[in-house]
Amino acid sequence: MKIGIACPYAWDIPGGVQIHIRDFAEELLRRGYSVSVIAPGDDDDDLPPYVTTVGRPVAIPYNGSVARVSFGPRVAARVRRWLVDGDFDVVHVHEPASMSLGMLATWWADVPVVATSHSAQRRSRAMSAAQGILQSAFEKLTAHIAVSEEARRTLVHHIGGDAVLIPNGLYVDRFAVPPRPQWRSPDGTLSFLGRLDEQRKGLQVLLEAWPTIHDAFPQARLLVAGRGDIEQIQQGIAPEHRDTVEFLGGVSDEDKAAMLASSDIYVAPHIGGESFGIVLAEAMAAGAPVLASDLEAFRAVLDDGRLGALVPVGDADALARRAIEMLGDPELRERYRQAASVGVRRYDWSNVTDEVLAVYEMAIAVGAGGRTFRLPRR
Amino acid sequence: MEWLFIVIAVLVALGVYLSWTAGRLDRRHARIDKSRAVLEAEFLRRSGCVLDVASSGLLDPATSVILADAASRARTASGSERDQAESDLTAVLTAVFDDPDDVAELRSDPSAAAALDELAMACRRAAHARRFHNELVLGAVRLRRKVLVRWLRLAGYAPMPETVELDDRVPHGLDAARN
Repeated sequence: MKIGIACPYAWDIPGGVQIHIRDFAEELLRRGYSVSVIAPGDDDDDLPPYVTTVGRPVAIPYNGSVARVSFGPRVAARVRRWLVDGDFDVVHVHEPASMSLGMLATWWADVPVVATSHSAQRRSRAMSAAQGILQSAFEKLTAHIAVSEEARRTLVHHIGGDAVLIPNGLYVDRFAVPPRPQWRSPDGTLSFLGRLDEQRKGLQVLLEAWPTIHDAFPQARLLVAGRGDIEQIQQGIAPEHRDTVEFLGGVSDEDKAAMLASSDIYVAPHIGGESFGIVLAEAMAAGAPVLASDLEAFRAVLDDGRLGALVPVGDADALARRAIEMLGDPELRERYRQAASVGVRRYDWSNVTDEVLAVYEMAIAVGAGGRTFRLPRR
Repeated sequence: MEWLFIVIAVLVALGVYLSWTAGRLDRRHARIDKSRAVLEAEFLRRSGCVLDVASSGLLDPATSVILADAASRARTASGSERDQAESDLTAVLTAVFDDPDDVAELRSDPSAAAALDELAMACRRAAHARRFHNELVLGAVRLRRKVLVRWLRLAGYAPMPETVELDDRVPHGLDAARN
């Protein structure tokens, strides 16, 4: 089976969608499928052999933020070239609602098109204006996937059309690393991951809860990974608690796995804006019991609290209480760890890939949507 | 003279639009037939997997009999009873495999785990196939509601396609405890 994948964002900029496509494409290649990815970017970027580029994306204001997208006649010609040369059995576009490669590939493809929507968005003026175009492009899709319930709801309410739910994937076994002794502590280690200055990641909630937790367990420590203004945040912590909070800055994938594996609790105090919560799945894969805000996305990953603890969003007191309860109860943590190590397999690429391939099979059996209009092939 | 050209141009444009729309409708109906066939195949796969599990000796006799009965009903039901029989099969599957802990216990036997994984995937595939089918149907219905399409009977005598409404929820235990 020859598979073409259209990535809407530049390959060399790290982002959830790019990582998703990279991991998925590599799993397909391992299984012996022929895969080609098309993405914005320059040819001289350091790219894996299966990626084709269409030139630098341009930054334009779209949908309330700055989007780096690719469009224009040259890009369209490159996409068509890629479709013709690739001779794909199925084309898989990501974020079809973004005005980028996904939409172009949908427009030009004359083979079955499968789409995956990742983001949850609020309705915007751009989306309302583009609704007609989006709908006619979506009519060509043979199958539509959403990675989370929230992403699916965005489609249903704002664009029209429905999608099946297939979650994001991760390589579970890559997170099975030994803990690092220097990050362990007799009373327990808590960890946090996310940009420090981004309100919605909720670090401020955790830091508000920390003094209470630290008073109850004087030898407990908190690891904070993520970029941001460390000094400013450190100044905000009361002096007697300051030394127990260790800032790691941006971490590599290796360090991230090791940090999670060294944690007695991974805390996800996010206050919103999360569509899926892959980081929770990563913590579960590394064997860190999870304590998370009761966001819809997190509740889904934690299976309504069976695989980890949930606390009300933004409630520092509840967070502190629950963390103290978990630190004082090794059996509870072990139960979460056990249940999560089984539950997280659901998100392993081996499973997720099977499910996407099943969708490809069905899409090919149903066949392509008619071309919106025909131009002669070159 | 000018108005004549304009009238001709408008008529040509209208003709192109109408033939394009008729072609679009035609292709859509053809795809709906195919997706309906895919859906039937996926439901057969699901009931087949249930029969495999029921005859594997993995479950107690009573449960096995109930599962086998619901699965063979779903396979033999015809016409309007078909969708109801598939919903009934879903209800039985949910009753048996709803609890993740129960399923995790069953999975401790490796051959059982493989059969259960296959069943879980078959349940998902059937649910996906139905949603894809219904999306195609809804698109065709939207197109057929357009004024010009109705007035000029561009759809010919093709019956109005209908969505397939039945319960195909994947049992929670099968969904949560895969390995």
